[in-house]
Amino acid sequence: MTTDHAKAAPPDSSGGAAPRHTSEKTDEPTDREVKKLERRSRWYRWDLKYSPYAFISPFFLFFAAFGLFPLIYTGWAAMHQSSLVDPNDMTWLGLDNFTRLWNDEFFWNALRNTFTIGIISTVPQLLMALGLAHVLNYKLRGSMAFRVALLTPYATSIAAATLVFAMLYGRDYGMINWALGLVGIDPVNWEAGTWTSQFAISTIVIWRWTGYNTLIYLAAMQAVPNDLYESASLDGASRWQQFRYVTIPSLRPTIIFTVVVSTIGATQLFGEPLLLAGSPNGGSQSQYQTLGLYLYETGWVNLHLGRAAAIAWAMFLLLIIIGLLYWLLTRLVGKSNGQEA
Amino acid sequence: MASTTDVVATDTAAEPEPAPRRGARKPRGKANQAGGHLRAGWLTYLILIVFSVGSLFPLVWSAIAASHTNARLSEPTPPFWFGDRLFDNLDMAWNDANLGKAMFNTIFVAGTITVSTVLFATLAGFAFAKLRFRAKNLLLLLVIGTMMVPPQLTVVPLFMAIAELEWTDQLQAVILPTMVSAFGVFFMRQYLVQALPSELIEAARMDGANSLRVVWHVVFPAARPAMAVLGMLTFVLAWNEFFWPIIALTQQNPTVQVALTGLGQGYVPDRGVIMAGALLGTLPLLIAFVLFGRQIVGGIMNGALKG
Repeated sequence: MTTDHAKAAPPDSSGGAAPRHTSEKTDEPTDREVKKLERRSRWYRWDLKYSPYAFISPFFLFFAAFGLFPLIYTGWAAMHQSSLVDPNDMTWLGLDNFTRLWNDEFFWNALRNTFTIGIISTVPQLLMALGLAHVLNYKLRGSMAFRVALLTPYATSIAAATLVFAMLYGRDYGMINWALGLVGIDPVNWEAGTWTSQFAISTIVIWRWTGYNTLIYLAAMQAVPNDLYESASLDGASRWQQFRYVTIPSLRPTIIFTVVVSTIGATQLFGEPLLLAGSPNGGSQSQYQTLGLYLYETGWVNLHLGRAAAIAWAMFLLLIIIGLLYWLLTRLVGKSNGQEA
Repeated sequence: MASTTDVVATDTAAEPEPAPRRGARKPRGKANQAGGHLRAGWLTYLILIVFSVGSLFPLVWSAIAASHTNARLSEPTPPFWFGDRLFDNLDMAWNDANLGKAMFNTIFVAGTITVSTVLFATLAGFAFAKLRFRAKNLLLLLVIGTMMVPPQLTVVPLFMAIAELEWTDQLQAVILPTMVSAFGVFFMRQYLVQALPSELIEAARMDGANSLRVVWHVVFPAARPAMAVLGMLTFVLAWNEFFWPIIALTQQNPTVQVALTGLGQGYVPDRGVIMAGALLGTLPLLIAFVLFGRQIVGGIMNGALKG
């Protein structure tokens, strides 16, 4: 900043600082200098006015090209027949893809699986994260080491994590069946059953995301003012009551946020079920085929891109419905809470 | 799941429910002292140790498994300590899954995405935090709204586009769609609102600095800590990105994640080699985690805190 003082006059003032280096010249600015000043001040105003747009434009340009346009075009593609072999050769179908989806038992199966896996992975994960955050919020030794350890799964990729878990859940030589054998339980064919395979998938999800959610809760807990706990304990509230009546209500917005994010994540579940069996069919009876996997199978294994696009729109619709439900829910909760307070 | 991660935390933690948030970070742990003498008892430590072990165990075990032959892994009792096959297996995984190329590709892809995301997010974050322009709030809302668009919704047209451009199997097909992130913009905005005093910008303006100079000499220095955190988070996400690369790339020119899926699909899978591959694919991030874990933890927590 310091280099340019001489040249850089406050541009739109009426010439206060310009003459600083003009001692050898006349006091009256020449025509050329006036023009120069004008030009500079015009440039300065433009800069002020338009540079914000220049700064935000990369985001919006990229989003328009790789987010918004594809989003709309997906809707268009969903009304066409289009094969992976020649993706840009499209035949108009109207709403056929959607009616077909409506009558497609695989679609409903995938929807159901997405829902059940979503529930059994999200609910325990967030409950555990809440408890862990509470525990980490105590006065602790080595709390940073625990945090890093809990977050490590976050840095592990879906692919690596799933390969490891697939082996742990192996039927014949998997460690989990071995451990079950120790307590006298017969080996389970985890991948073959509906319930067992969905359980296995959700443990991978839980493993990867619990630590991450823990940190988010912890951050929110540390923002709760201490006086609240002090007055609660003066009133004779036990630790559990403090957690129940001070911590949880203070965390409500954060909890809602994590629920929303986890739900969105659960709707998109893809890598874990793909890699558990190593193929996109989601098991021999599609017992753990999720919507994301079904989309992939339809478009990239069975080569029906138009139908894949229709599945994508169905997922979008689903997200909107879920979003509306949450919105209603938060409004209801907010209202009831407001009355309490 | 991957895609949502870049939504670390938006506004929610922000609303200070009960009272103004004072000393946001300091009083950690104190809260529970309020009840009196209560600090973490042995049960607390036990819980934390159990969960930490649970978090680390699959990774440690994959390293153990990677050091054994497939035959040893097919015995009824799984191994509990390292064998002597680690380097053979790593070697085989490296060659079988084309991991050398995959690693190079991934570093290139993740590096490019990280640099551009941090740069663009800082610029846009600065504009949203400190500059005045028309429709600012509406545009910011739009940025946040874009975080809701799931990647599945865009793959079909994106795939058509790269097929048309003959970019299938080309790295730019993976890089271009993720060069900016809404979360990044929001994250930088939240940081700069607090960390960059407006007087500093005004002073620079008084000195006649134009916007680019202000960015270079004032914004970038002020934003550096947040840029570092955003960079690390972005790199982790880009490294682990799965859904789009597996559609856009093939085993001929894979990223690490794509290469790993190929590893699991052999006819007679050698599980020691698969584990070695999984380990290799995670190792760079694990090393980064050992080195920068504290900062990454801090970054996630701050992302959640600052509304």
